[in-house]
Amino acid sequence: MRTKLPLLAVALAALAAAPLHAAEPEATLVIKNHRFEPAELKVPANQRVKLTVHNQDDKPEEFESKQLNREKVIPAGAKATLYIGPLKPGRYDFYGEYHESTAKGVVVAE
Amino acid sequence: MFTAALIVFRESLEAALFVGIVAAATRQLAGRGGWLSGGVGLGVLGALVLALLAERIAAWADGIGQDLVNIGVLSLALLMLLWHCVWVSTHGREMAASARQLGVAVSGGQRKPWALMVAVALAVLREGAETVLFVAGSISGTPGTTPAAVLGACAVGLALGAGVGLLMYAGLSRIPARRVFDVTNVLIALLAGSIASQLAKALAQAGLVERWTAPLWDSSAALAPDSALGTFLHALVGYDARPSAAQLAAYAAVLAIIYFGSRLLARPRAA
Repeated sequence: MRTKLPLLAVALAALAAAPLHAAEPEATLVIKNHRFEPAELKVPANQRVKLTVHNQDDKPEEFESKQLNREKVIPAGAKATLYIGPLKPGRYDFYGEYHESTAKGVVVAE
Repeated sequence: MFTAALIVFRESLEAALFVGIVAAATRQLAGRGGWLSGGVGLGVLGALVLALLAERIAAWADGIGQDLVNIGVLSLALLMLLWHCVWVSTHGREMAASARQLGVAVSGGQRKPWALMVAVALAVLREGAETVLFVAGSISGTPGTTPAAVLGACAVGLALGAGVGLLMYAGLSRIPARRVFDVTNVLIALLAGSIASQLAKALAQAGLVERWTAPLWDSSAALAPDSALGTFLHALVGYDARPSAAQLAAYAAVLAIIYFGSRLLARPRAA
């Protein structure tokens, strides 16, 4: 184990060493009455986007998208951030797992 | 109500499968029941605490607090599983041998699989916190239902998840004692790979890793991640329909570390 630890450390360091640069595109989604606003969210393609989700309901919601490969629970009244992309131009469905019948939306990368 | 049962089932599946595999992997150990239930109990307790703090955690670090907690839990779980795999490579063989020859349970102070128990607690904690949040949210005044109905549905989902874990345990228990370790070792190694992949995804979601985050392929047409089989394989071996290069690299690296690491350590030291 002792001989393997440096290897693991190097692997983790390599993963963590990616640069973080400022001024990246941001987008905001609001959850209200178990619906996303806007239901169609335009973001720039081929860039990572900082997405803030503000849950204004008094119930938790899970932002989930198989196509974006993201899932995150947003507690009632909370604001949470997640990073998506870089995305190829196209449409990416997302939904609220806890209220799937109404909470639906799509990210449009262009 | 069907939705509530389904959500709780999905959340509990991964932890239940893991507990089933660990229970089978530690069959020969004395006092296993206590360790296992201790791990599950600690996990449930931790989940309640995390759920209570969820709102505060969500706001941490510019909105990525929850991902940071997730990353911490996944990293610790990964370390525990790596540790266990190494532990097995040095003790597992003698353990299997003595259990076979003597037909008795192996006991002994140094042979407690504490790393697995911590991993069990972390698995329950991770999925449990989301479940608690969801259930608490659904109980408090969802129109058209009563709290009892919601709780009932959630109990059904939880029971179904636990049932799958039990089935996994029952299946593994049918394997002869001398082979069962080989099977559980492979399953635990794959679970470690799955956790490494989830860790890579969580780092990307939190914006801490920027490279290698684009999906390499999309197999969702062949096997949808929300289908029954896709859900099961995700819980068991970390199936992901759109894995990023970072996820795949992490998965492969962990399997390689376990494979070569345990071969290296299993060699006689006197040579």
